[in-house]
Amino acid sequence: MSDVQIITGNQAAAMAARLCNVQVVAAYPITPQSQLSEILSQYVESGILRAEYVRVESEHSAMTVCISASTVGARVFTATSANGLLYMHEQLHWAAGSRLPIVMCVVNRGVGAPWSIFNDQQDSLSQRDTGWIQIHCRDNQEIIDNVIQAYRIAEQVYAPVMVCYDGFVLSHTMMPVHIPGANLVRSFLPPYKPHTILSPENPKNINPVLLPNPRMSAEGILCDGYMEMRYKLQKAMEDSREVIMKTSREFADAFGRDNGGMLWEYRTDDAEVILSAMGSVAAEAMAAVDQLRAEGIVAGVVGIRVFRPFPKEDVARAFRKAKAIILFEKSISYGYEGGLSSDLKAAFYRTDIHAPIHDYIVGIGGRDVKARELVEAVKSSVEAIRTGTPEKHTSWLNCITE
Amino acid sequence: MKSQDKSVSAMADPSVGEAGKTGDWRDMRPVIDYGKCIPSVKNRPACYLCWLYCPEGVVKAGIRVEIDLTYCKGCGVCAEECPSKAISMVREEKGHE
Repeated sequence: MSDVQIITGNQAAAMAARLCNVQVVAAYPITPQSQLSEILSQYVESGILRAEYVRVESEHSAMTVCISASTVGARVFTATSANGLLYMHEQLHWAAGSRLPIVMCVVNRGVGAPWSIFNDQQDSLSQRDTGWIQIHCRDNQEIIDNVIQAYRIAEQVYAPVMVCYDGFVLSHTMMPVHIPGANLVRSFLPPYKPHTILSPENPKNINPVLLPNPRMSAEGILCDGYMEMRYKLQKAMEDSREVIMKTSREFADAFGRDNGGMLWEYRTDDAEVILSAMGSVAAEAMAAVDQLRAEGIVAGVVGIRVFRPFPKEDVARAFRKAKAIILFEKSISYGYEGGLSSDLKAAFYRTDIHAPIHDYIVGIGGRDVKARELVEAVKSSVEAIRTGTPEKHTSWLNCITE
Repeated sequence: MKSQDKSVSAMADPSVGEAGKTGDWRDMRPVIDYGKCIPSVKNRPACYLCWLYCPEGVVKAGIRVEIDLTYCKGCGVCAEECPSKAISMVREEKGHE
């Protein structure tokens, strides 16, 4: 049973947290996430969500509260944006290193300085290497669906999950969303079982100093060194692909919506030119592909749903027939190129994919990205490749660069 | 073959000597000259600044002040604070237990 409501992305995220019966919420308001934390506090105050809402003085503390509550067995939720996310950075590593299944919505926003409250994805890209799974949403329906799936993934893998969606473009834009029934979500999402039960009868030192080498505990048990613990996190992240794929399939069976496993494809069956992106700009690329096909360019879209773990084998399959690959990225690794561009090129190493890859930086700090602008970019790239200049420096679309 | 810890995250059971006994890694040992130590000289409770300042709580404030060398880390705060200069820090022999 589900009903359709016309809601913003922030409302969708709040409803998802409520449907997942989160027990502790600790969030510090920041534009464009604020509405989400406000709705959750209303849920808690009015009693329709039986959770503790911990008011904190910073995002660093918000994540610390989540870490503590998750450690003692609570299902926790938080959300942030931009500089708030960066302020959490140290605790993001702590959450992943503690292997806690925290779910956080990142409402993507440009990072200051200079200040911007508007959308790009520099914030979550900057947290790529913290050991969190990153899932990107293309519309408000995916926000609610991905938060529900995120808990199931996190609690199986014992790794935290960021559900990323674009600020304003999704967070403040109303669109129809199927709201799943509470019973359906409850049956899809078993209760959270913490990997370690803490109790006064069985006290534990949590995250003690680990030495470079494995060592015997006082009880004669061989304990991991720091390096073994890091390896376990990497292994869990690599193995999480299977869990993510299975969760996606089972979600599709139960809820009737398939948002893709590691990635999704649009009109790629016969596509010669493949556009790729993460988040709402990937949805815009779908509109661009329809226009391109009307003009005779056989194009398709591969949307990257999961950025970490990076879908190495999935992209090698999805792009295998591409003659040209055009990327649109809302973030950049300063001094090099877009993060997706680097990762894709690395994934294609020693495959048969040798198609030119053109990387466009778009929509930084909320600059609007229109489908026709993507169409023009693709056409100019296709023309350049056709006339014998396949290499192209990373370019900034719709930006005064000289 | 000893059993191996299978914990998902790093945890340890609190126990005596979990991280080794503090005294194991001490370089300097406090030695009290009871001919100068005020409670011993006056035969009544006196200054006890060593007891007050010890960061490890290993000084016993009695008549005859005692220091628990199992857990003393040899920082020398007691020697620094002693008003009668009754405590001297002596280098540990290499390979002490």
